[in-house]
Amino acid sequence: MSAPPEMPPSSAAVFFAGVKSALTSVFFLVLMGTYIGIGALAHDYGFSSAWLALSSILVWASPGQVILISSLGLGAPPIEGAIAVTLSAIRLFPMVVALLPLLRRPETRLRDLLLPTHFTSVSMWIESLRLLPTMPHGRRIAFCNGLSVGYQGTAVSFGFVGFYLAAGLPPLLAGALLFLTPMSFLISTARNAKAMIDRLALIFGLAIGPVLTYWHVSLDLMWTGIIGGSLAYGIHRLREAAA
Amino acid sequence: MSAALAEVWPYLLLVLVGFLPNEIWRLLGLLLARGLNEESELVVCSRAVATAILAGVIAKLILFSPGALASIPPSVRVTAAACGFLAFLAIKRSVFAGVMVGEAVLLLGGFLFAR
Repeated sequence: MSAPPEMPPSSAAVFFAGVKSALTSVFFLVLMGTYIGIGALAHDYGFSSAWLALSSILVWASPGQVILISSLGLGAPPIEGAIAVTLSAIRLFPMVVALLPLLRRPETRLRDLLLPTHFTSVSMWIESLRLLPTMPHGRRIAFCNGLSVGYQGTAVSFGFVGFYLAAGLPPLLAGALLFLTPMSFLISTARNAKAMIDRLALIFGLAIGPVLTYWHVSLDLMWTGIIGGSLAYGIHRLREAAA
Repeated sequence: MSAALAEVWPYLLLVLVGFLPNEIWRLLGLLLARGLNEESELVVCSRAVATAILAGVIAKLILFSPGALASIPPSVRVTAAACGFLAFLAIKRSVFAGVMVGEAVLLLGGFLFAR
């Protein structure tokens, strides 16, 4: 963003600066790995590549997409899938709340905030909170939309790559593609878990989730969230009370 | 189920099971939560629940793997995830380095011990 001050860049120029910023950030690699994995997963569970692309555009949350694909693919009742997806999406609520004050000015129309709201996801949110505060207010929405379109384009493109790679690869390499999803989720979640409560929630979730699955508890992901999250929150409160 | 319905059914499920349950939280954020800040107790608690769910998904994908990943033994999958995580911690907290090391261990273990 080094345009001379007497000649402010057009909305289109700001938008494409956002796209470029997306394609040169570390999240390009994270999304590449995650969506190659999700593409392979969608292939293995029998979805079409067009369905996968539409889910990346409409859902636009990799945990939600993994839950959607695996629960529908395993033949779980739709209501159980919907509950698991909505529980995994709660984190989007505080993210939108934290993001919008950076974009909104008194004269901003509600409909101009609809796209940034829909685009809110972990990668876009982290980069927006890092980059937007240094930018003039008038450019922020266009930049944010460009950034998001860059990330979504990456996700859709590598979703196709993973889908068609999984179809023609030897089992070991196809397995390695599927492994990209849990591996990159695990590490990026750990990296984002700065506070003790988030680290505890990660550890409890890792421990409780498989146990409930092994016992065939219905709504296992919901219970993993409620039990693991409450334990982490309880310990957080006890530590605060003790401090 | 008629042929036309069978064609549309996955897309209907995508909207009902994927899109709407996910999007509702973004819209609630837009419409209702102007005053809430990131440190409020409700936000901290719901973030912990969301993180635990995500962790549950990760653990399930590693231990009860779908498709081709199931042909690699669980012990190899868990070892690879642990090595990837340790590499992430050791190599300047780089997500890329961690994922690459995890994948390398998985491929090596899978090559040696595949069923």
